[in-house]
Amino acid sequence: MKVKTADTRVIKVEMLARVEGEGALYVKMKDGEVADVKLKIFEPPRLFEAFLRGRAYSEAPDITARICGICPVAYQMSAVHAMESAFGIKVEGTLRSLRRLLYCGEWIESHVLHIYMLHAPDFLGYPDAIQMAKDHPEAVKRALALKKVGNDIVNLLGGREIHPINVRVGGFYHVPTRRDFAPLLERLKWARDAAIETARWAGTLDFPDLERDYPFVALHHPDEYPFCEGRLISNRGMDIAVRDYEEHFVEEHVAHSTALHSSMKGYGAYFVGPLARYNLNYAQLSPSAREAAALGGLKATCLNPFKSIVVRAVETVEACNEAVRIIESYEPPEQPAVKVRVRAGTGSGCTEAPRGILYHRYRVDDNGSILDARIVPPTSQNQKIIEDDLRRVVEMYIDQPDDALTLRCEQSIRNYDPCISCSTHYLRLHIDRS
Amino acid sequence: MPRKTKPKLAVWKFASCDGCQLSLLDCEDELLAVADAVEIAYFPEATRASLKGPYDVSLVEGSITTEHDAERIHKVRRASKTLIAIGACATSGGIQALRNFKDVKQFTSVVYATPKYIETLSKSTPIADHVFVDFELRGCPINKMQLVEVISAYLNGRKPNVPRYSVCIECKRRGTPCVMVAHGTPCLGPVTQAGCGALCPLYQRGCFGCYGPSDAPNTRSLSEQWKAMGQTPKDLARAFRTYNAYADAFRKEGDLHEG
Repeated sequence: MKVKTADTRVIKVEMLARVEGEGALYVKMKDGEVADVKLKIFEPPRLFEAFLRGRAYSEAPDITARICGICPVAYQMSAVHAMESAFGIKVEGTLRSLRRLLYCGEWIESHVLHIYMLHAPDFLGYPDAIQMAKDHPEAVKRALALKKVGNDIVNLLGGREIHPINVRVGGFYHVPTRRDFAPLLERLKWARDAAIETARWAGTLDFPDLERDYPFVALHHPDEYPFCEGRLISNRGMDIAVRDYEEHFVEEHVAHSTALHSSMKGYGAYFVGPLARYNLNYAQLSPSAREAAALGGLKATCLNPFKSIVVRAVETVEACNEAVRIIESYEPPEQPAVKVRVRAGTGSGCTEAPRGILYHRYRVDDNGSILDARIVPPTSQNQKIIEDDLRRVVEMYIDQPDDALTLRCEQSIRNYDPCISCSTHYLRLHIDRS
Repeated sequence: MPRKTKPKLAVWKFASCDGCQLSLLDCEDELLAVADAVEIAYFPEATRASLKGPYDVSLVEGSITTEHDAERIHKVRRASKTLIAIGACATSGGIQALRNFKDVKQFTSVVYATPKYIETLSKSTPIADHVFVDFELRGCPINKMQLVEVISAYLNGRKPNVPRYSVCIECKRRGTPCVMVAHGTPCLGPVTQAGCGALCPLYQRGCFGCYGPSDAPNTRSLSEQWKAMGQTPKDLARAFRTYNAYADAFRKEGDLHEG
């Protein structure tokens, strides 16, 4: 929708589509220059941090999963790691691998959903994947089959794909047998090839020529591509333990959003998610994931946010590889969970949700009741960077008609796979040209 | 006789996690068939395209938590021939209805540095508290096969086959040993509606009530059993106050144990 007056040009999109949650964008242009950009989030607040107070430590993984139906595993993983750090427990060996496996499932289904159903229609000029399926039936069928493999991992290990029921502080309620995994293995090998093909396919799309020297932030582990553990690092030199997160990052509350905005002390806006992980952990990718990256036209560093669609495909290959590796070497653990000894304390956890780092911190009393909770989802961390990108995109395409410019703006927001339900949560697009 | 035009389906979101509408996109094997049978007229999570109403079937996810949404749901109702509320948020107020038991101002000040920027109602309420709802599909999250069943039923003018009996029936059918009897694990299965496939007992944990109260639930008797198993009133209050805390039977039972 657009509004034009003598000296003002305004474009409005009331509801940003193909993102999770409800939000809007406001862009104001004056004399051919960008005057103001706001990513507005007006998803109604659900107040999780408040009602977690007084709940049992053991309820945190199930309750916080309800923040997001797209990445519940991420919430469960950050919650259990935070509680385990409060109690001084370490979950290792097979149970740790099973957690990585569950995360592989979520990455596959979330990334494939985003690549084909939410993001690709922008590149190919369709309103959605169902319309796209008419001209690209093979791609959409591949997407659905690949996504299903991811969901089936979460189903088997978690009980169901949305809000899984099998994750607990200390491990799982129940662990599968080797036989349970057998049917998945063959399909995962197919999925790996389909993911490699996805990277090649995504590499053939047309990318706007935008590269920026972003401050990236991601988990980093010397021996593996990061899911649940590691140090938080940045290409600006930061290298910290997860427990020091709050000393390095601050959140502020701005009037136009029900999500809190995050910034890195000393640097301001920062970038989390697939592009950040890829650039900070390229050396940790398996050889076939690196080959898939090359096939998709990527080098070891990628600074174009539109190419995040290729990076997601590369990470899907990595998740398939990791899942195959874990299942092939799987021997059921003796116990489905390690023993939890409750004590008063504070614990933090940070894991890599498909969209980027998700930080949880809890303070619990002697009985394991939660005294206070803090949750920092990836989308609120990316909000400022998204606004910065929009500014650049509007500058680049300022001569385009309103419809084309609006579409470019939406596409550049979707580069981040924003999960507005997570960040609290509605998106609306207004472009105001003076 | 074949219909000349496809029925129009709309998907609406209120306060929620998006998980229930995602169930539709998670129907990998059925999605293209569903898209073939209906016109997806409004579904922002999946498409930029939108068609004007009226809509034959509207799926409504989420609870009402703001003044704006309390008005918006009436517009949705007016535009919809059939309105189906999907998920615990839309059918009972969801997990965010935990605010209903506390002072919401205190809640916003815990989360936000500047609570005056936040507009929110003191209660999170189900869709049926605001408009007439043709059918409520329960669950946190809903079962996607039940969703396909409900859509198909309304498109064909029949009653959806969604049983209101308890999780216990599903356990018996699957042959899952009772976790309360066999392991002494507290379980909400006897008072919780079926639909999930009795997942938790299958994974050796007690049901925690995602699908809300079953038909005629004997919550009092179950609470006595839990107490006999060593659970405290606080445990009971927490158990009844989760994703369906504001559903009538769970709300009343939870209130009894709050200490």
